[in-house]
Amino acid sequence: MTALFSIRDLHLSFPDRGNKPLFGPAPRIEVLKGLTLDIPEGRITGIVGESGSGKSTFGRVLVRLLDPDSGQVLFDGKDIATLDEEAILPLRRDLQMIFQDPMSSLNPRHRVWRLIAQPLKRYGRGGTKAQATEALARVGLPAAFADRYPHQLSGGQRQRVGIARAIALEPRFILADEIVSGLDVSSQAQVLMLLKQLAEEMGLTVAFISHDLSVIRHLCDNVVVLNHGEIVDAGPVAEVFENPQSEVTRKLLSAIPLPEMDDDWFND
Amino acid sequence: MADVTASPRSRAGQGLNLRLWLPLTWIVILICAAVFAPLVAPQDPLMQDLMMERLPPFFMDGSEPGFWLGTDSLGRDVLSRMIYGARIALFVSVIAATTTCLFGSALGLLAGYYGGWWDRVISRLVDIWMAFPPVLFAVLLVAVMGTGLTSVIAAIALIDWTRFARVIRAETMVQARMDYVDSARIGGARRLATLVTEILPNVLPTIIALLMLEMGIAIIVEAILSFVNLSISSDDPTWGSMIAEGRGAIHFAWWVLLFPLIALFFSVLSFSTLGEGLKKRFDPVLQ
Repeated sequence: MTALFSIRDLHLSFPDRGNKPLFGPAPRIEVLKGLTLDIPEGRITGIVGESGSGKSTFGRVLVRLLDPDSGQVLFDGKDIATLDEEAILPLRRDLQMIFQDPMSSLNPRHRVWRLIAQPLKRYGRGGTKAQATEALARVGLPAAFADRYPHQLSGGQRQRVGIARAIALEPRFILADEIVSGLDVSSQAQVLMLLKQLAEEMGLTVAFISHDLSVIRHLCDNVVVLNHGEIVDAGPVAEVFENPQSEVTRKLLSAIPLPEMDDDWFND
Repeated sequence: MADVTASPRSRAGQGLNLRLWLPLTWIVILICAAVFAPLVAPQDPLMQDLMMERLPPFFMDGSEPGFWLGTDSLGRDVLSRMIYGARIALFVSVIAATTTCLFGSALGLLAGYYGGWWDRVISRLVDIWMAFPPVLFAVLLVAVMGTGLTSVIAAIALIDWTRFARVIRAETMVQARMDYVDSARIGGARRLATLVTEILPNVLPTIIALLMLEMGIAIIVEAILSFVNLSISSDDPTWGSMIAEGRGAIHFAWWVLLFPLIALFFSVLSFSTLGEGLKKRFDPVLQ
């Protein structure tokens, strides 16, 4: 199995403006402390961790919305960590992202079809309403939705539009950043099943960021557990769940509600 | 899948419509008066007749037909002068407010979106600019450039661009942090394209509201400058100069001052209310 992404000793820090001294630069907070991992091609890799573990920051480095301080991000053998804005642009078509909050990630001023067609147009792959309608059909939304504004859709429908927008470009990689955390339980299941099905159909590589291990278990092939910007556990999902290497993973695992019910519960 | 249809207009929506239509009606009347001034004005606004001086308005004893709102101390018809005054008021408000808006909003968008040096330079410039007393600044400017409409418009634009720059900068900063901006970059948009096609449409309602407010302010500034005789020549009828002339005769010919003042009041109020109304009307989320 080849690795689509090879990340080597990735460091990233933010300036801590709250503690900036009167003179001189602000101290920096280290968010990613030397990550090294591979993301295998054609698989769904879960990235788990508690709030503040750096999982979203790491995801945004993968699609180069954030610039790392040092280290390599090899995408298909090419280091994208140091590419400038112009150089990254043609590669971005292969690096798509589905956002946590579809309300704020879909521009409220644009109609659904335009939200989907605009990136196609920018990458020179058409950008017609028909293409947008086709993408909507693939995520199970009727063509009539093309003329709606995002606020006229429900949360689950909006997130489907977010998925349609990402897959319309036929990328190789999709970053899904907590994409179901804002949805109700039944929409969550539908959106996750849709993502899994599309990933299989299109042979997509997906990085799925979540804080919920029960979702990771159903969806992902591999899992990486982050804690305070460091990898504390990594490997195929079954292995990590059977034999967690760190206290953090065990704690996250214990937070999963049990799927089986104890039969004796009624008889007591 | 549930079908989502537009919800029926709520009560708040109807109140909103009234707030939109009332000011719009006044502004349309104003525009008609300005455009068709020679047709609708009952008298020549410049014609003096000392036999007809200080005639009262139509509802008082001693009024003359044809001089509906009375005459001033030179026997000029107040209504006709107000109608011609609307021409100058509207011309100044549209040209000055648009110029101010374009200049100030562009700087605000750049400062708010690009941050860094753009923001530092533009924000400091705004700070320095706002330290000048505006009226003094305008008077000084008109004194240097000479009186006339061009000077008035330039004075308004040079004083008030900071209002747009400040507000639009703050609004742009809020919008620039939204996920749809990152989403556009993921979708292949360059920085400038993101600003124009993604952020600008979301800031536009605020720009329109400010533009309308600025039109009202421009009318006031023009009136102030007319009042102190720094606008156009005092022969030409402007609301400000009418108020200035009426001031001396307020005890025995109050109509010379009051009617232009009412027109000024309603115009400024209409523009700012219309701005708020339009802002809500064009927001697809609030609608």
